[in-house]
Amino acid sequence: MEIAGTLRTAREMGLVACTSCTRVWPAGTERCGRCGHRLHTRAPLALQRVWAWWLVGVIAYVPANLYPMLSTRTLVASQEATIIGGAVDLARHGNWGIALVILTASVAIPLGKFLAIAMLALGVRHGSALTGSRRQQLYQVVEYIGRWSMIDVFVVAILASLVQLGAVASVSPGPASLFFALSVIFTMLSAQSFDSRLIWDAEREGRRA
Amino acid sequence: MTPAPQAIGPDLTAMIACPRCDAVYRAVQPGPGERAVCACCKTVLIAPRRRAGQQLIAVAVAVVVLVVAATLAPFLAIEVAGRSNASSVLDAALAFAAAGPVAILALAVAALIVFIPVLRALLVIYVLGPVVLDRPPAPHAAAAFRLSEELRPWSMAEIFVIGCAIALVKIADLAQVHFGPAFWMFAALVVLVVVQDGFMCRYSVWKSLER
Ligand SMILES: [Zn+2]
Ligand SMILES: [Zn+2]
Repeated sequence: MEIAGTLRTAREMGLVACTSCTRVWPAGTERCGRCGHRLHTRAPLALQRVWAWWLVGVIAYVPANLYPMLSTRTLVASQEATIIGGAVDLARHGNWGIALVILTASVAIPLGKFLAIAMLALGVRHGSALTGSRRQQLYQVVEYIGRWSMIDVFVVAILASLVQLGAVASVSPGPASLFFALSVIFTMLSAQSFDSRLIWDAEREGRRA
Repeated sequence: MTPAPQAIGPDLTAMIACPRCDAVYRAVQPGPGERAVCACCKTVLIAPRRRAGQQLIAVAVAVVVLVVAATLAPFLAIEVAGRSNASSVLDAALAFAAAGPVAILALAVAALIVFIPVLRALLVIYVLGPVVLDRPPAPHAAAAFRLSEELRPWSMAEIFVIGCAIALVKIADLAQVHFGPAFWMFAALVVLVVVQDGFMCRYSVWKSLER
């Protein structure tokens, strides 16, 4: 790969880059002539969008933990379990591994994502103790891992369709599954709204100052 | 290569901008198997592979066949005290349909594990088919490829497979569980999806759609 002169950004060169297909166009071009993507030197209102999706994601995460995720009826008993309650139950029965997977996917990852996105967005405005490369890595991890939180919703779907044995045993999904899915989707949208070029703008400005 | 008419000075068609950090480079096509990496943020910009088009189409066809077959065949079956029940992927998606307010989740789950993976595979076939056959790109191929790329994070078939494994352990005490043929099809699908994303050099695809 050849650097065109010194390493410069498209914005500094009076160009606008397509984030979808990497083609560059003269600044002010509205749509990418190769892929049709809308061109913006930096995504407009990126941080506001990040925060808006982030907030609804956090809000949806609260009922996701308060309501039952699953209700199980067997001949002898019927019980409803929240996300954390279900994991505790599994651990009590000796299934430590699975309890850990569920706690990781449904509690640690969502909370970690809320924190990471907030850190990235705050870092753009107020500077960050982390280097640009570290923050870029953090962003990529958030993008990659975020989808995996959906696993608990799928587990509920599988159990509810599979365990339909009339009076012997049956499982049905609780309202928390909807809130949890919404929280995952909103958080993914929040991460996608973030324009990672903002990380590097601040970084380059700092280097120059 | 002819210079872009509007460009006074540098030839814009020969340049590439890192989508992550906005650094601009003069694109130099690396050899097959080699990669061009952004000097600033280390994002992989170009990673061509020999015969990637054929491989990607083969994988996409396999994905379509597997998802359709796996959707209809049972993927798990349980047995408790003489009663048994088998469930297909479609049943799993529809499990939410009966549950009143969470019914819209049924649609979302079906989309994430069936429709979007199939749609992405079909789009890849549509876009790369003509390229592999050395024909001009299909109409709206660029829009089709962009859609397929935008849908990438929303294609969750592989997550569903891991979900099956967890569901199994959860009910292992309660019932006897059997794997159906669809489970193995979906497991194969996970491998294919990983291969598909690893082989895809977006830059090469966009370049080939330019002609
Ligand atoms: Zn473009
Ligand atoms: Zn870069």
